Amino acid sequence: MGLKGERVETTRPGSDTKPPESVFTTTLDKMVRWARAGSLWPLPFGTACCAIEFMSVVSSHYDLARFGAEVVRFSPRQSDMMIVAGTVVDKQAPILKLIYEQMCSPKWVISMGVCASSGGFYRAYHVMQGIDEIVPVDVYVPGCPPTPEGLIYAIMKLQEKIERGEPSHYQVVLDREAAEARERKLARV
Amino acid sequence: MAEFVLENLRRRFGDALQRVSDDHGDLTVWIGRDRVHEMLVHCKRDPELDFCFCMDVTAVDYLSLGGDPRFAVVYHLYSLKTGKRIRVKTGVPEDDPVVDTAVDVWKATDWFEREVYDMFGIRFEGHPNMKRILCHRDFQGHALRKDYPADLRWKLLRPDDLLDEISTEEMQRIRARVSHPISE
Repeated sequence: MGLKGERVETTRPGSDTKPPESVFTTTLDKMVRWARAGSLWPLPFGTACCAIEFMSVVSSHYDLARFGAEVVRFSPRQSDMMIVAGTVVDKQAPILKLIYEQMCSPKWVISMGVCASSGGFYRAYHVMQGIDEIVPVDVYVPGCPPTPEGLIYAIMKLQEKIERGEPSHYQVVLDREAAEARERKLARV
Repeated sequence: MAEFVLENLRRRFGDALQRVSDDHGDLTVWIGRDRVHEMLVHCKRDPELDFCFCMDVTAVDYLSLGGDPRFAVVYHLYSLKTGKRIRVKTGVPEDDPVVDTAVDVWKATDWFEREVYDMFGIRFEGHPNMKRILCHRDFQGHALRKDYPADLRWKLLRPDDLLDEISTEEMQRIRARVSHPISE
């Protein structure tokens, strides 16, 4: 999982036995990233047929547990990866926003399927044209619905992103807002 | 075929039946707005007709067809006893879109009528809770009217608990319930 620490060839003082195989060194930062990427806890925000496809992803056949993301939680406080699976209407927007804000940082959002990503074929009076109107999205998955492989690929992409140490889109938005606030403050001075 | 249904209605309403069609066994009768409630009561209470089941209440906007009056409210009734169906239509003008409610006849029409109000802006006189049911409270206009732009959206900025039908006591009972067994 991306850990490329060097094996340290040392001997214990007063002994010529080699250290056990499981010892390796790395940086703490890398270790944390590795742990985060390998234990994502998904929060399904399922509103439509994409949620059915999500169920098959976490079930035995596709088995999301192989990617370390099988601990599905229905409480935002216990999860760090929100999977928005399905159509989100304007009436539901404040609910999605509230649940998203209840999640602890660091947190990531996967927009699953075309409805969540762009409104899909609902170019209509009642459907949000993409959840990125209200929450920052890290990975978009195309498809109507996406195949289970598609969602698994998105989760792998997210894991790569986390392991590379890229900030979540949430963090990017926070940083940008903070920078803008600083600039406004400087402009006043 | 439902000849006896039509005969029964002709006996009772006579010339008040504005239009009657019976396409492939689908009996449709048009009646004036002032007598539609009377007709619905008759359809339900008359022992011969016995339309005990109001399957749907909906509306049609005849704007692009040049309809006069512009709207029609449509009732779909079904009799579990005779197995017959009937469609009752009544015209509703644009400048005074009001119809008498049928909630006192079939309780099930409560939400149907709210949907018609939400989508077409047709109000039902005497309805116990005449407000939107599908669109949110900051929505303006009525989406299924033909002159409503299909992709015009209204954002809901305030949280809406969506549960205003539930009484305060019931809501407190639900909120007091623990959602996760581990946290008990």
